[in-house]
Amino acid sequence: MKYMNEFRDGATAQRLATEIRQITTRPWAIMEVCGGQTHSIIRNGIDQLLPEEIELIHGPGCPVCVTPLELIDKALAIASLPGVMFCSFGDMLRVPGSSKDLFRVKSEGGDIRVVYSPLDAVTLARKNPEKQVVFFGIGFETTAPANAMAVHLARNLGLKNFSMLVSHVLVPPALEAIMTSPINRVQAFLAAGHVCSVMGYWQYPPIVDRFHIPIVITGFEPLDVLEGIRRTVAQLEAGESSVENAYARVCNFEGNKTAQKMLEEVFEVTDRAWRGVGTIPKSGWRLSPAYREFDAEHRFQVSGIETKESPLCRAGEVLQGALKPNQCEAFGKQCTPRNPLGATMVSAEGACAAYYNYGRFVTLEKAAQPVHA
Amino acid sequence: MNFDNWTCPLPLLDYPNIVIGHGGGGKLSAELIEHLFLPAFRNDVLENLGDSSVLNVPAGRLAFSTDSFVVKPLFFPGGSIGDLAVNGTVNDLAMSGARPLFLSAGFIIEEGFSMSSLAQIVQRMAQAAQKAGVTVVTGDTKVVEMGHGDGCYINTAGIGVMPEGLRIGPTLARPGDVVIVSGSIGDHGMAIMSVRESLEFETTIESDCAALNTLVDAMLGVSREIHVLRDPTRGGVASSLNEIAGQSKVGIMIDETKLPVKSDVHSACELLGLDPIYVANEGKLIAIVSAPAADAVLACMRAHPLGREAAIIGTVTEKHPGMLVAKTGIGGTRVIPMQIGEQLPRIC
Repeated sequence: MKYMNEFRDGATAQRLATEIRQITTRPWAIMEVCGGQTHSIIRNGIDQLLPEEIELIHGPGCPVCVTPLELIDKALAIASLPGVMFCSFGDMLRVPGSSKDLFRVKSEGGDIRVVYSPLDAVTLARKNPEKQVVFFGIGFETTAPANAMAVHLARNLGLKNFSMLVSHVLVPPALEAIMTSPINRVQAFLAAGHVCSVMGYWQYPPIVDRFHIPIVITGFEPLDVLEGIRRTVAQLEAGESSVENAYARVCNFEGNKTAQKMLEEVFEVTDRAWRGVGTIPKSGWRLSPAYREFDAEHRFQVSGIETKESPLCRAGEVLQGALKPNQCEAFGKQCTPRNPLGATMVSAEGACAAYYNYGRFVTLEKAAQPVHA
Repeated sequence: MNFDNWTCPLPLLDYPNIVIGHGGGGKLSAELIEHLFLPAFRNDVLENLGDSSVLNVPAGRLAFSTDSFVVKPLFFPGGSIGDLAVNGTVNDLAMSGARPLFLSAGFIIEEGFSMSSLAQIVQRMAQAAQKAGVTVVTGDTKVVEMGHGDGCYINTAGIGVMPEGLRIGPTLARPGDVVIVSGSIGDHGMAIMSVRESLEFETTIESDCAALNTLVDAMLGVSREIHVLRDPTRGGVASSLNEIAGQSKVGIMIDETKLPVKSDVHSACELLGLDPIYVANEGKLIAIVSAPAADAVLACMRAHPLGREAAIIGTVTEKHPGMLVAKTGIGGTRVIPMQIGEQLPRIC
């Protein structure tokens, strides 16, 4: 397939991996910011091609993982209301709230639909005027333009039965929060290419200046990720720090100005709680006053929500790279992909789920190797 | 055959839709059997219309299997619930190495369901049964109130005859065996997804729905060294191989680049964030065969219309028992775990 298979070529991957091994002289901790990159790393076994010195820390860029518990509980409450058709991206359905997930609500009679685009939810609202259609608008800057467009469209159509439960999160404030965390170990970032396709990368030079940390805009195919790592290691080894674009076929400095203008109109910046991390100032978007009537939190008075995070779950430390998933006491015991305590065990790109699925194999392989005295 | 202009023979014409009485056991039920089911499935055993059917079977072991079909939508590119209901059970029997002979067909129909749709489904079943060489020898119809079913559910059960001395089963994979898949994977699941409400996308992907018993016959004709057969339906190749690894207490190592995936299925999966290895098939099989027999079995499969794209995708190993591991295109490895529930489209 054009523009896909070219970036999965095995021989080129091996060549890049060799080059990375050749230039690496010291241990480096590099964070891939985006869950899509984590997925690609696990899916393709990229980490196994890297020298031992390079540690990849799975970042907080999985929207499923960082959506706060309170909001998931709100989603569960709204989805349970009679007359509501609750629309969501598929992988939010299994994320555990305080007591259940959206699948449970569906089995209890909730009308829950998986959609691929928020615009599909607008269509559902038009087709089902007797229903209140609510879209679960989560994600980073990547999913935000389509969500903004949906709300904008709903307003233009005068739809009274469409609203959005919004919990958008923003990458740059999260990077700053990670860098200022007292337990931070990250020495460089692979920035999320899709986020930059919308936002450009004009937001990054100040972060580089402040923390003297390399930031390389990186894509998602195996060769993209390897090239991102190669450029990052080259900077680290040379003691340099700058913003580099290793995803130039998709991203430019300015980003998508039309999308940014739409985002500015529909959303406003707000403080946002990140699941497992805590509240980060000015790290999210909510609907702006002009669009407040489409805010599901505003439309549905969902009160009496008491959130209760599992006391055993240490996803916050995992998301910041301070703890390896298998160092958590609940890992693989109370907490498994079948019975996740935290969101990082839910989606395949969640760090804990990735470790659970892959880690068992690594342990077995190591056990199978002969031990030399 | 063109069913667009299908009309019910009298007196069913009086009822363009199913009414509760069609499942009541009275005159309406009798009419449905006489004018719809019998003409489609016609055979001596069924025509006796007894409470049970009496079958002549050869001496020896029988294989027996049942499956229920609840697919939505009922008609999809490349097939219908009728095709699935026949082929699904035929395939389950064939995966034990059995020669399928007889099927039962139980219908649970929602009040108000269109009579012409039912007729189309039954016609498709009859054609599928004929193609697979099986007879529908007993059946049942129930009607549930409107709102209590998705149009039409079908249960089929089937009986097949086991060749003497043959042992094929999910516990019999041995280290050193070779894993073969009979053709492109993920076609059925993506065809269904392409027409599902809210996920509709334009594509030419068709379901691979087919009865595999003739393919299995041909394979057994060249070798009895076939240890495991599986049709990777729900959960796809990944789930079947995980189950085999677990039940046989062996590891399975596949080469991801060897998996046959059609380019439009590949594109659709990429677009939706799905992995074709977890997507359902309805006309493919996985065979685990002893290494010396692999080439002969593969050649025989490729000579059969349902196995033209058959490929060796991996081997059975004593390492990592119970686990399915894939070598990736760039030379890494990854564990392919059993899925927890349905494969969920990813957000980004």
